[in-house]
Amino acid sequence: MQTALAPTSAKPSSKAGGVPLRMQLKQAERRRKLNSFALALPLLLFMMIAFILPLGKMMLKAVHDDTLNALMPRTTEALSTWEAEGLPEEHVYAALAADLKQLSEHKSVGKVSLRINYELPGAASRISSTARKVASLSSGPYKGALIEINPIWGGRDIWGVLKRGNADYTGFFLLRSVDLEYSADGSIVATPTEKAIFREVLLRTVGISLGVTAATLVLAFPLAYFLATLRDRSRNLLLIIILVPFWTSVLALTSAWVVVLQDYGVINQVLMTLRIISEPTPLIFNRIGTVLAMTHIQLPFTLLPIFSVMKSISPSYVRAARSLGAGPFYAFWKIYFPLTLPGVAAGCLLTFILCLGYYITPALVGGPRDQMVSNFVALFTNQQLNWGMASALGAILLVMTLIIYLVFNKLLGVNKINMG
Amino acid sequence: MIKSPVLARAVCVIGLASSAVIATLPAYAADKLTVVSWGGAFQEAQRKAFFEPFAKETGTDLTEGEWNGETAKIRAMVETKTVSWDVVVGGAVIQLCAAGILETINWDKLGYDPEKFPAREECAVPASGAAAIIAYDKEKFQDGPTTITDVFDLEKFPGKRGLNKRAYDNLEWALIADGVAPSDVYDVLSTEEGVDRAFAKLDTIKRDVVWWESGAQPAQLLADGQVVMSSAWNGRIYDAVKTSGKPFQIMWDAAIMSYDYYVIPAGAPNIDIAYKFISFALAPERQAHMADLIPYAPSNPDATALVDEKILPYLPTAPENSANSFDRDEEFWADHSDDLEQRFSAWLAQ
Repeated sequence: MQTALAPTSAKPSSKAGGVPLRMQLKQAERRRKLNSFALALPLLLFMMIAFILPLGKMMLKAVHDDTLNALMPRTTEALSTWEAEGLPEEHVYAALAADLKQLSEHKSVGKVSLRINYELPGAASRISSTARKVASLSSGPYKGALIEINPIWGGRDIWGVLKRGNADYTGFFLLRSVDLEYSADGSIVATPTEKAIFREVLLRTVGISLGVTAATLVLAFPLAYFLATLRDRSRNLLLIIILVPFWTSVLALTSAWVVVLQDYGVINQVLMTLRIISEPTPLIFNRIGTVLAMTHIQLPFTLLPIFSVMKSISPSYVRAARSLGAGPFYAFWKIYFPLTLPGVAAGCLLTFILCLGYYITPALVGGPRDQMVSNFVALFTNQQLNWGMASALGAILLVMTLIIYLVFNKLLGVNKINMG
Repeated sequence: MIKSPVLARAVCVIGLASSAVIATLPAYAADKLTVVSWGGAFQEAQRKAFFEPFAKETGTDLTEGEWNGETAKIRAMVETKTVSWDVVVGGAVIQLCAAGILETINWDKLGYDPEKFPAREECAVPASGAAAIIAYDKEKFQDGPTTITDVFDLEKFPGKRGLNKRAYDNLEWALIADGVAPSDVYDVLSTEEGVDRAFAKLDTIKRDVVWWESGAQPAQLLADGQVVMSSAWNGRIYDAVKTSGKPFQIMWDAAIMSYDYYVIPAGAPNIDIAYKFISFALAPERQAHMADLIPYAPSNPDATALVDEKILPYLPTAPENSANSFDRDEEFWADHSDDLEQRFSAWLAQ
């Protein structure tokens, strides 16, 4: 008792128990920080292993591609002196023949032809047939023989690709993801229109996400207001009704929407029975169905942050505003609405970012012109086995999302966002 | 409740110890095998004809899986040396074989004469032959489509069509509808102009196509009325008619025959049992049983004689069905699928 109430002398750091107070404070702070760190450590490790590391690997895969460098070492080495003018020298062709023979023995021709085919569609079959026939060439001169086996070796394009394959890193995938490519002499040009789909797809992804966010906001705001003003019992019941789709699997929800939106599904049957329409309206496999289903699935994500913020707004503010003479709309707009902004911001940001990555719903209820970026990532991963492209698209989506978040942060400030 | 604390503790220790011992007992019981197939009615037929009899006869612990042709999964498994699939039923996978992703088949181990199976590949054993056909709803059309050109005729047969979301089959059909003879299709498709021609023809119906990805979808789309005709695997339509009584009709003109193959991913954990299973599944009576359940042509020529005569008219190899059909050229697609599939997905997105 007495030591605790020791007289405060002029010196601020009074010794109590042999250790100055300032040091005690520092020690206590350090211990607290260590405790918090230890508590958060499992989560940090989990995030590192399950989130940051795979993301890092994916971003790396978007730029790292040593297929050509590793599998055709002689050719890429020999091409380092080629200046992209005319055709390479004889020794390059000799190196190519040697590489192709080795690849044939190790059954790796497929990897090389697939990789080159990404840049030069049509090359795959020609490279495989060359590899099959090159075994019969036992000695030079190789240049004429190879060009005779397949005229592709007489053109500059494939040599440009092979020359660029000399590095372990390539910008090809990232460039293609924004509809650019390397020309034969190494400069960056726009992709021809029949292959240029990604800018449109990226814009489409952002557009659909914005649309769905706006739709959910329009629906969620009044609903949240209504919920916030209800009494507890009815509010809980209504909340459960809203949360049931939240808890249902996305696949089950989307399949249910397929049944509802079909040409002879629930909606069309009802409309036709009521004689409002005579022919089924196409509601599925187009933009309408996609946005509708996504809005339904995303509604709770937007609703809940708004609702939880609204719950904490005291009704006395609006009453005070009214009592001072404000009209009902003025009071709402000037007093109530700004107070709900943190929740609105949280809900909208959450929905928008989730929508950017949507896959199942556009795949099942959307048409071919409603496919978002994720669909192409799946296409490249599963069907075309082009993991470089899939990673590049994923990396671009990630960067886009981060930029949007930073802009959002600048405009509103992270502190202002309140998830409730 | 046990009153004595000592006794209680003893019981706990014995319980924990025995559970630990049981957990570490090696599973001597059964061999294991994982077989992956296409799912739906096809896999159900395989289950009844192959999986269950094999498991019963050999006491193997057979696990089934499903896939939809995502060769990336096999490639990923083999490259990371974590192969969990032993036998995979897939389409022609010549490219995977060339890349060393599949085991080369040792026909001596199978115990069959390879010459009996002309459709065989270096790494693939033919399982059954299916035909890609056009099916339509009899109730929607009094006179349905009779030739493949009718599929591209939106005036005579208005409504949506279902097509496989792949380049193969569709490009061939587009060329045939444009006037190319089936025997010349692959020559024409090997040229730049031929491919342009095929895509131009597909452009004429592009807006009215619903693209399906899994074998079970065409029957569902037809049943829902979402499409009036659809390309499909003949066995799936037969199953829809037989099991669900749907009024579907198959149009056999320009049917494209292709095989399903048994493949073994390189480094599969149970290769010997995989060989045993494939050998089991090639037996004539087993293949005939499978054909009785779903009318896909058995790969073993000895099996055709054993197929139920009521099923014979539904087989894709029946003379009245195969009059205008042709085989898919797997060599062509092994060479060109990379480019054509790329071009197809770009075309689809525009």
